[in-house]
Amino acid sequence: MNNPVDLVSNAFTGKHPAFMPYFTLGYPDYERSLQILEACAAAGSDMMELGMPFSDPLADGPTIQHSSQIALQNGMNVARCLEAIAELRTRGVTIPLLLMGYYNPILAYGETRFAREAVDAGANGFIIPDLPPEEASTLETECQQHGLALTYLLAPTSTEARIKLVAKKASGFVYLVSLTGVTGERIQLPKTLSEFVKRVRHHIHHPLAVGFGISTPVQAQQVGEIADGVIVGSKLITLAREADNPAEACGTFVHNMITALHSNEKA
Amino acid sequence: MNAPTTLPGKFGAYGGQFVPEVLMPALGELEHAFISNTNDHDFQNELQQLLATYVGRPTPLSFAGRLTEHCNGAKIYLKREDLAHSGAHKINNALGQALLARRMGKERIVAETGAGQHGVATATACALLGMQCVVYMGTVDISRQAPNVARMKLLGAEVKAVDNGSKTLKDAINEAIRDWVTNVEDTHYLLGSALGPHPYPTMVRDFQAIIGRETREQIIEAENSVPDTIIACVGGGSNAIGMFHEFIADEEVELIGVEAAGTGIISGKHAARFADKKIGRPGVLHGCYTFVLQDTDGQIALTHSVSAGLDYAAVGPEHTHLRDLKRATYTHATDHEALDAFQLLCEMEGIIPALESAHAVAEAIKRAPEMNNESIIIVNLSGRGDKDLDTVLNSMEIPS
Repeated sequence: MNNPVDLVSNAFTGKHPAFMPYFTLGYPDYERSLQILEACAAAGSDMMELGMPFSDPLADGPTIQHSSQIALQNGMNVARCLEAIAELRTRGVTIPLLLMGYYNPILAYGETRFAREAVDAGANGFIIPDLPPEEASTLETECQQHGLALTYLLAPTSTEARIKLVAKKASGFVYLVSLTGVTGERIQLPKTLSEFVKRVRHHIHHPLAVGFGISTPVQAQQVGEIADGVIVGSKLITLAREADNPAEACGTFVHNMITALHSNEKA
Repeated sequence: MNAPTTLPGKFGAYGGQFVPEVLMPALGELEHAFISNTNDHDFQNELQQLLATYVGRPTPLSFAGRLTEHCNGAKIYLKREDLAHSGAHKINNALGQALLARRMGKERIVAETGAGQHGVATATACALLGMQCVVYMGTVDISRQAPNVARMKLLGAEVKAVDNGSKTLKDAINEAIRDWVTNVEDTHYLLGSALGPHPYPTMVRDFQAIIGRETREQIIEAENSVPDTIIACVGGGSNAIGMFHEFIADEEVELIGVEAAGTGIISGKHAARFADKKIGRPGVLHGCYTFVLQDTDGQIALTHSVSAGLDYAAVGPEHTHLRDLKRATYTHATDHEALDAFQLLCEMEGIIPALESAHAVAEAIKRAPEMNNESIIIVNLSGRGDKDLDTVLNSMEIPS
């Protein structure tokens, strides 16, 4: 049987670049966030990131800040996020699921307990934007023990030394932050993106997925030409906020993004 | 010369660099610049020159004669950081970091501010050095520290209102970090307290350590002795660590930090990280591992203090370490006690202290009567209180 982390790597072995939606658990409420994620999975997502809300999300722009605040008001916490994963598995979602959240709630929950309960619930790994490899040794050990992915991020500012550090520690895939900035929709992709991806690929053989600032099929297609995966978050939150039927709107959006990505030859 | 290329990133278990990857290279660059300039004579000369001729250092150490008499116990001295240019100790760090930023080729400065003292100090340093300055400030703080908002604007800074979360210092720091993440290539984040990711806690302490160095010379001149007790207020803890640092090796000197107890620890409306066992425990906020006020789910707690500068959920990591080592003791004063101390210092010494500093004065008033009249207490009077007049007048009955 494959480890959860292997299923993450395998999600990138399809003919086309992988598509990974992000959505905040508990927004606009617990049940609807699950319905939205089910719809995103049904529309053909290769993997999903489930946001665990935090009171002070300093890598996030206004959209995800807002969804986090509402989710917290709805009583979301780490335990409920783990329940949500188990519930999605019960409802037949089989693609890899990564929990994305800030470090302090995980620390408060207990890293050992968090990793153990996450693997039991059916999670495949974690993305923790404020936990660089230098500070991650405890959680890294736990993840290795349970076969979970601990996904590190790289940014356009990352030096060669830091890229090499992540190359040594990467598991599952590496998350490339497309720009210097917080999450949120942007009109254009940064001009330096392809040079950045190339620079990372020189040192890292894991799949590379790009996130931050991607919200349209055209942007997804452009990123798909150079990277192995595309991550979209804020746009889905905006759709969920504005649509009468959030699950349907998000499912349709994911479908359109994947259609655009499928016009790509594999990078 | 073999200067070290890195500094220790932790104080015992505390500190570290819990930040998004985008900032990791910038923190490394900052650490490198800090180390090389600390050992650079030109940099040190320029800074010392400005501290002497612009800030007005050394600041005096005043004997508080009437307050001492009133307390009928230990002799109370006040280290007069309120007399530093721009009205608080914050300028020591702001000038140091602004000079450093310029040497790093960064001409845009972002800063957070709570009470506005750090914002004013940063705006002052930027005006002096001709740099662009953006200050983030919570809307609650903007309304309670209006004079400082006006001062920052006069000094040419752009003040950006932050209306998220508790709308105070914590949220201002969130927004300043988001700005820095976005503009890291040409922007320096001029963090105002001894907190945040490494190297800030060390760097801010070192720029503030001049407070303790001067104090040692001055008290030896006045009393031919080091003090028995040093008292300073602790928000993030930069004035306290700047005063304590010089005396850490003098084990006979008692070091006391005073946190804001707001309307009382039991009320839950306070910013006393060490005092409230229910919500104060180690965690990560704004890039460092330290004592943080948080709920059982690890969400950061809302804080309260009459003093905007102490109204923050985390404490600088070196203070947590000093507390673990039992080298420093941390206590607290309520809003009410700080306001009483504020009034007493006005009437007894002709000094209007910042409400932050009034928390330290309140502790001195509690302790002095318990000590003999040969003992010496030094209070770090970290800032002046003009900015707080509205708050004070609203909460006190002042005879008209």
